[in-house]
Amino acid sequence: MTTAISARSLRKVYPGTPPVEALAGADLDIQDNEFFTLLGPSGCGKTTLLRMIAGFEHPTSGSLDMFGASLLDLPPYKRPINTVFQSYALFPHLTVSQNIAFGLEMLGKPKTEIKETVAQMVDLVQMSELADRQTGQISGGQQQRVALARALAPKPRVLLLDEPLSALDFKLRKEMQLELKRLQTETGITFIFVTHDQEEALTMSDRIAVMNAGSIRQIGAPRDIYDHPAERFVADFIGDTNFLSAQITSSNADRARVDLSSGESTSARLPEGGARDGQVTLAIRPEHAKLVMPDDGLLRGTLENIVYFGTDTHIHLRLTDGTPFTLRQQNNSETELQFAKGDTAGIRFAPDVAQVLKD
Amino acid sequence: MARQGFNIRKQTGFSQIAIACFVMLYMPIILLVVYSFNAGTSIAIWEGFSWRWYVSAWANDQVQEATVRSLIIAVWASAIATTVAVLAALATTRTPKFKGQTAVFAMINQPLMVPEIVTAVALLIFFAMIKVATGYTGLLYLIVAHSAFCIPFAYLPIRARLQGMDLSLEQAAADLYASPFKVFTRITLPQLWPGIAAGAMLAFVISLDDVVITEFVKSAGQDTLPTYMLGQLRRVMTPEINAISTVLLAISVTMVIAFTVLTKVRN
Repeated sequence: MTTAISARSLRKVYPGTPPVEALAGADLDIQDNEFFTLLGPSGCGKTTLLRMIAGFEHPTSGSLDMFGASLLDLPPYKRPINTVFQSYALFPHLTVSQNIAFGLEMLGKPKTEIKETVAQMVDLVQMSELADRQTGQISGGQQQRVALARALAPKPRVLLLDEPLSALDFKLRKEMQLELKRLQTETGITFIFVTHDQEEALTMSDRIAVMNAGSIRQIGAPRDIYDHPAERFVADFIGDTNFLSAQITSSNADRARVDLSSGESTSARLPEGGARDGQVTLAIRPEHAKLVMPDDGLLRGTLENIVYFGTDTHIHLRLTDGTPFTLRQQNNSETELQFAKGDTAGIRFAPDVAQVLKD
Repeated sequence: MARQGFNIRKQTGFSQIAIACFVMLYMPIILLVVYSFNAGTSIAIWEGFSWRWYVSAWANDQVQEATVRSLIIAVWASAIATTVAVLAALATTRTPKFKGQTAVFAMINQPLMVPEIVTAVALLIFFAMIKVATGYTGLLYLIVAHSAFCIPFAYLPIRARLQGMDLSLEQAAADLYASPFKVFTRITLPQLWPGIAAGAMLAFVISLDDVVITEFVKSAGQDTLPTYMLGQLRRVMTPEINAISTVLLAISVTMVIAFTVLTKVRN
């Protein structure tokens, strides 16, 4: 596998009083043909990192390579990288096809080739009928497609997408998520996608880098990140999580035996490079736990609230030691809630679904 | 009952004051236009409708000369001022913030703040030195002077347009392999033109209208239309002056309307 983009100790400090460290030394390897997502809350540095790859920002220190060659001395217009901007940034004085042709013209491609590629691109994003419209005369979803076609037309090695779906409504966003994934698979171009929407990241990405406060907290496949968050921030940012305090009694390579506050013990996964003994925090996803009779549970708690969500029901409990715990149960014909508000119930979960957090 | 905010239009006397102001502003202009069609030789006694003063102004050699001179100066001055203003606007909006940027901004707008008569006297003295040294007495002095005081009028609408433009468009062009020069010619300039046209027109009207600086800077026999009209005041006033004024008014109003329309053009 070839590495498309490689960053080492990449750092960006904006001058000012006090100076703002937007990116605090990022290390990152993005593989060729990968759909890679930078996920994090606003201000986490994901956009700064993207703009550095595009060439709009210059790092304060560190290195940034593309297929083994440094990008740092190249201005944006010399990097074989294209961007889909959050605001689309379509040229308002040009038509749809003129927008798509722009990059090819700047590269000095022959006229016949430009015409052919534009026709292909317009087809690819299903905009053939609107090719001669001004960009102000088409809808937001259509502008999004044009922005995508314009960025794909010069066949870049790497495509950057800066929260391109955030301006679309819910249904259109779902459609475009599938569409983007399809385009990425068809073209084989490396996609680097920036978003703060965890669901978007989970559904589309091959790998995700979760960022917070200027640094990369965890990199992994969606399933890894979701099931095995390495630390509290990641567990909390992606999906809902219950945090429990526990005591490690013994451990091997990647598993530990832990005692819960109830006195019961279970097996949990250990993070890489984390604590191997002592007092730790466990993360348990609400859908991994189920309600049982009080005496059969690893934990025991009182039902405080039951919220119906259509496909599933959220049950909020207060454990005997005072910790809140949320449990999610799918609503199908086989499961029926046997408890009512105020009842005491037991909570059970399978061995190893609990994840020990680094902090 | 809905709470009403302070509404100035509901205050007593508001309409009366407003009407009085409009009468004071427009009545003299309306009278001037009306009397330009006077058949008699008086500028105050109506003697019937006629085009005679337009015909006589058109046939007047001095008026013709002054008009041509005014137009030459206005065209050159607005062209030079607009070019300089575009460069100045780019330097103050498209480059990283530099030390003394506010000072530069103030210096560009100097003609708006320094009393015109001061500029006029200063230019008179300065140009007199050059005239003595070189012997040149042509129109260039007037063109240079007009260019200088027209710059801020061209600069302000162009700068406003540049500031209002979406910077991500220029970044998108750079991202799509356009060199900085191509970004300017293919993306910035096509979107800037309403601002440039508006600035040029404003500069043109300001130059066409100027009396004070022109009066001080012009050499003998270099009357522009406004200084010619000023000169006529010292002799017998005929409705010919009204006719010339009306034409100037028509040109200015057209320009200002065009300016307003252009500054409203979005994208």
